[in-house]
Amino acid sequence: MSHTLIPGPPTAALETFADIDDAHDIVAVPVRHPWRWASAAVVLFAVVWAAQSVLTNKNIDFPVIGRYLFDWNILHGVWLTIVVTVISMVVSTVLAIVIAAMRLSSNPVLTAVAWCYVWLFRGTPMLVQIVLWGYLGLLYARLSIGIPFTDIVFASADTNALISSFTAGCIALTLNQAAYSSEIVRAGMLSVDEGQREASYSLGMSPMYTFRRVLLPQAMRVIIPPMGNEVISMLKNTSLLSVIAVLELYTQATMISSQNLKQVELLVVVSVWYLVLTSILSVPQYHLERRFGRGSSRTLPPTPWQRVTRFVADHRSDKGARA
Amino acid sequence: MSTVTATEHRAPDAAAEPLVRVQSVRKSYGAHQVLRGITLDVHPGEVLCLLGPSGSGKSTLLRCVNHLERIDGGRISVGGQLVGYRQHQGRIHEMTQRQIAEQRRGIGMVFQRFNLFPHKTALENITEAPVGVRGIGKTAASARARELLDRVGLADHAGKYPTQLSGGQQQRVAIARALAMDPELMLFDEPTSALDPELVGEVLEVMRSLADAGMTMIVVTHEIGFARSAADRVVFMDGGVVVEQGDPAQVIDAPRHERTRAFIQSVL
Repeated sequence: MSHTLIPGPPTAALETFADIDDAHDIVAVPVRHPWRWASAAVVLFAVVWAAQSVLTNKNIDFPVIGRYLFDWNILHGVWLTIVVTVISMVVSTVLAIVIAAMRLSSNPVLTAVAWCYVWLFRGTPMLVQIVLWGYLGLLYARLSIGIPFTDIVFASADTNALISSFTAGCIALTLNQAAYSSEIVRAGMLSVDEGQREASYSLGMSPMYTFRRVLLPQAMRVIIPPMGNEVISMLKNTSLLSVIAVLELYTQATMISSQNLKQVELLVVVSVWYLVLTSILSVPQYHLERRFGRGSSRTLPPTPWQRVTRFVADHRSDKGARA
Repeated sequence: MSTVTATEHRAPDAAAEPLVRVQSVRKSYGAHQVLRGITLDVHPGEVLCLLGPSGSGKSTLLRCVNHLERIDGGRISVGGQLVGYRQHQGRIHEMTQRQIAEQRRGIGMVFQRFNLFPHKTALENITEAPVGVRGIGKTAASARARELLDRVGLADHAGKYPTQLSGGQQQRVAIARALAMDPELMLFDEPTSALDPELVGEVLEVMRSLADAGMTMIVVTHEIGFARSAADRVVFMDGGVVVEQGDPAQVIDAPRHERTRAFIQSVL
């Protein structure tokens, strides 16, 4: 290093370089951050104040919350919420992949139909769609299987008997979600390099095989984070099914509160359950991201547990080094 | 390189039927004509190097040979079979995707940007097509893949993902991946153009050993040294036509055409 390049008094620079010690790291006085402490204090005060005002509120009957948190009907509602979420999410994802593939295909009819599907289901309110599916019986009194445009019917059933409110709810959520998810899948597919398709084709893979084994797995890396969002919003949207009387968590809670008039307490119960469920959902998302992130970076990020053990180990060795 | 056995370079069999026949091939992108009537034969075991300035149509021609690009006029056949089309009762029919895929299995291709599958390890990259397309058993395919990795000098890197490999190593895996389908023809599209200069040699060495083993190869390259030492024939293209072709020593060291001379001088 040439000292003459450094501006300023050359003697000071020389002095600094003179006491370089190969064996030790730099020991420097850290910069103080008084505003960090001040802002932290203000925010913390606001949080404590808000929590205190809720927790000491005389109008909230806390024992009721505790009692209903594990009430049998509430637990039943939680179960149904999970079932509806899982069914709708799984079916909608499969449908979304099909719609995205249609949208990306070179067949103009398929592309147009896929576009219209997304346009229709994304452009109308979810609540309206749910009610519409609930009223399917008004539109078609009987559902039958037969040959279209003829009078030949193999089987027929009363719509209201065949499509329960549970089924109608699942259909509504699935079809709506598929529209959103298909756009996420499409974005993921577009993110994959064109060279991947060429390499696959040059190895003699068919377009379908290429889609399934090469393009989709790579698209998953881009698809999963926004899909995690969608699962969480789906879980919460199941509460909309209360309008067609599906006995999920929110419906159960409103049924109880309409009898005991503890509306706020039961809403707290419902909120606690939704929070618990959405928190649990972030675990599989993290591991899916790791799984499909393989090969995207040189080393995979550690799992939370690995992070904890590493932190503890580092902390120990740090103490050991200082002692 | 570990077990690359430099066998005697098998001389291309000029008497035999050509493996690749390219006749009066034309190809345009919109109004721009990229190939203006190319005619070439490649015999079994022959190593053909395509030289030429960028935009001369050499990469396009290569991509036409395995139907990654559709030709507008002329004919291309590999192993006596029309590429991408089928002749039936005097008429030309387009092949179905399935038929084209089947045809491509006999033609290996190596790309400038490697195009390895990033979500699969080196070994999985190689076994994917033999297992999924050819229906070869997993264990047999793995054993063969390890053999191929050893052949390209990467026996210790089977479990690594492409991002964990250098450019030269990735390209060697890509070559092994193409070889796993037991192609009778290998296409190389500027295989060393995306590599750091010090990594070019290891890839060229693998290609040279492949040539020595008698593989039929069409190589688009800017590596004049490789063309001179490994090619049986050099074809110089410019503006979508073959300007001249012949023995590497003749085309590179004593070009007949002014355009060839100017190009060789600019890259040497």
